[in-house]
Amino acid sequence: MIRVSKIAAVAALSALSLAACSSATTTATGASSAAVSASGPALACPAGSITGEGSTAQTNAIQQIIAAYNDACKNKAKIEYNATGSGAGVKNFNAGLVDFGGSDSALATTEQATALTRCKNNAAWDLPLVVGPVAFSYNLKGVSKLVLNGDVLAKIFMGQITTWNDPAIAALNSGVTLPTTAIKVFYRSDDSGTTDNVSKYLKATAPTVWTPDHSKTWKGKGGEGKTGSAGVAQAVTATDGALGYLEWGFATDNKLGIAQLDTGNGGVELNADSVGKALEAAKITGTGNDLTLQLDYATKAAGAYPAILVTYEIVCSAGLDSAKTAIVKDFLTYFASDAGQNSLSDVGSAPLPASLRAKVNTSIQAIK
Amino acid sequence: MADDPGATVAATTDHEAAAGSPASLPTGRAVSTTQIHFANIKHGGDRSFRAGAIAAAVIVVLLVLFVGIFLAVIATPSLRRDTVNFFTSTQWNVGSDTLQFGIAGLLWTTALTSVVAMLLAVPVAVGTALLVTQYVPGRVGSTIGFVIDLLAAVPSIIFGLWGLKLLGPFLGPFYAWLQRVLGWIPLFSKGVESTGNVLTASIVLAIMVLPIVSAISRDVFAQTPRDHIEAALALGSTKWEMIRIAVIPYGRSGVIAASMLGLGRALGETIAVMIILSQTNTPGINVSLFAGGETFASKIANNAQEFDSPAKTGAYIAAGLVLFILTFAVNAISRVVADRKVR
Repeated sequence: MIRVSKIAAVAALSALSLAACSSATTTATGASSAAVSASGPALACPAGSITGEGSTAQTNAIQQIIAAYNDACKNKAKIEYNATGSGAGVKNFNAGLVDFGGSDSALATTEQATALTRCKNNAAWDLPLVVGPVAFSYNLKGVSKLVLNGDVLAKIFMGQITTWNDPAIAALNSGVTLPTTAIKVFYRSDDSGTTDNVSKYLKATAPTVWTPDHSKTWKGKGGEGKTGSAGVAQAVTATDGALGYLEWGFATDNKLGIAQLDTGNGGVELNADSVGKALEAAKITGTGNDLTLQLDYATKAAGAYPAILVTYEIVCSAGLDSAKTAIVKDFLTYFASDAGQNSLSDVGSAPLPASLRAKVNTSIQAIK
Repeated sequence: MADDPGATVAATTDHEAAAGSPASLPTGRAVSTTQIHFANIKHGGDRSFRAGAIAAAVIVVLLVLFVGIFLAVIATPSLRRDTVNFFTSTQWNVGSDTLQFGIAGLLWTTALTSVVAMLLAVPVAVGTALLVTQYVPGRVGSTIGFVIDLLAAVPSIIFGLWGLKLLGPFLGPFYAWLQRVLGWIPLFSKGVESTGNVLTASIVLAIMVLPIVSAISRDVFAQTPRDHIEAALALGSTKWEMIRIAVIPYGRSGVIAASMLGLGRALGETIAVMIILSQTNTPGINVSLFAGGETFASKIANNAQEFDSPAKTGAYIAAGLVLFILTFAVNAISRVVADRKVR
């Protein structure tokens, strides 16, 4: 009996919300160009619930988006995201346990094959939605602007450069008086996508210095490992002469100095623009509406900040039940909108550049 | 019970014994056999209570057994694929297909932090227990005891953050001095740059185990027979001599058992150690108190979010299994020690 009444209630609710939607969509179609505006996109706000799981790197970003989406839709749909790690996200998405996955890396070929079955013979798409830049933060008395590059960073992390006044660093920072302090390196002691990404960047820019393969476990020589970006931020704050890598949001929250990266045309500051330029330099290797990106960590593009991490939402292009598809589409539409993306700078993510945002939006609207 | 004859006789015998008549003791024993005869009569309540108690014990034993089996089952495939010696290697590469992991470093850091913590905590715990029971018993004593017990209610993450942000930096200059003066001893040689070293972790662990050791020590010292104390005083002992010849020997086994319980807690402490200790990636073991490192528990907790393959999970679980056996051994030893010393 209880179940029957619950179903009845859900049916009544969805009927109501459908009625509400139809009026909303009619107004939206009239001004589809205005849909993606500063005030946020027109949302259908279907009722129901969806669950996502995966990458911990995008936790803050996706929670922020979920909260904002719920505000905009007056909590009609229930959206949950479990941050259990990219591997678990892909596994459980492919097992059909969750409606969308979150991952630091796009689906591998074998994973795509499994996803095909999971989506009832429809392809699964990787949609880049959260861009998390990595900050190389330092704590040096009297130095307010510091320029580094991949080669120097790799040498520092491999223990080949040990003092701040090393000629290699001085060469990038003419006019800056560097102290003789020893460089105290702090890294992530826990396995993390951030570490994986930093090692990819170092491997691409200084392959002869950074010899280990990229991995989620830090493979540098020397230094001290701290738990999480929060731990690294605390250590860098507390130690004079410290250098550490951490997620952007933690660096700005702790008001730490962030080194500029020199890709060949002088130092590039870490900001939304420079991250956008690096993303524009990336190649889309996915076919059709699958937007798998191949980041060019060694890019020489002017004004690009190449040390970035892209996390994807993995969705079925079709094949989910229609109620869930409606929520996934609506939620992702908000995610990819100006309002959604711009709000992410509060949690240390850079917004997607307009060109990529348009492509992501096309893919989202193509979900059936 | 009051109306059965055995009890009355026993009461009389007790009275006689207290009056100082050793001759009545055999009678007392004879009476107690009769009492056992009476106790053998079974009632429904007896039976069900006995069954309940047995069930409770069996559940606990099975639970421990299953945890052990679970750990062993998950760890075995990874242990088989381990390409370095599990017990002597300090490497930990479990991200790729070739597994290389060993627990030597973890074992050293776990043991060192815990042992140093006990060396710091036990004297303080015994001291406060003696103060509270022998010097200032009564309201003041119980207030002090209450305050120490409050330490047990502080969550370990709070201790961790306190150690990381306050205690470590505060002791920094002292560490630097200690390292300069005693640096020629390997135990005090150069370690990590920050204060997230073994010594900071040990001090915080010591504070965390203090309430456990102190509370149990307090209880055993408080039970020292009045006769022993009075006899010692009657022989002309000073207060300190009385404590030395009457209170401490009586409580020794209890204090040892309490310390072992505390040691078990220190070995398994996770979050506080994880937050405080800096990990290092230099090969081999740095034996210094100023070195960083990871304990079994902190390493597992630190990486638990990224257990993305069974092989990787198995490697961490294998480390967990060693910790499980280690704490098991410590508790078993404490049992043996405690039993042997009780006379």
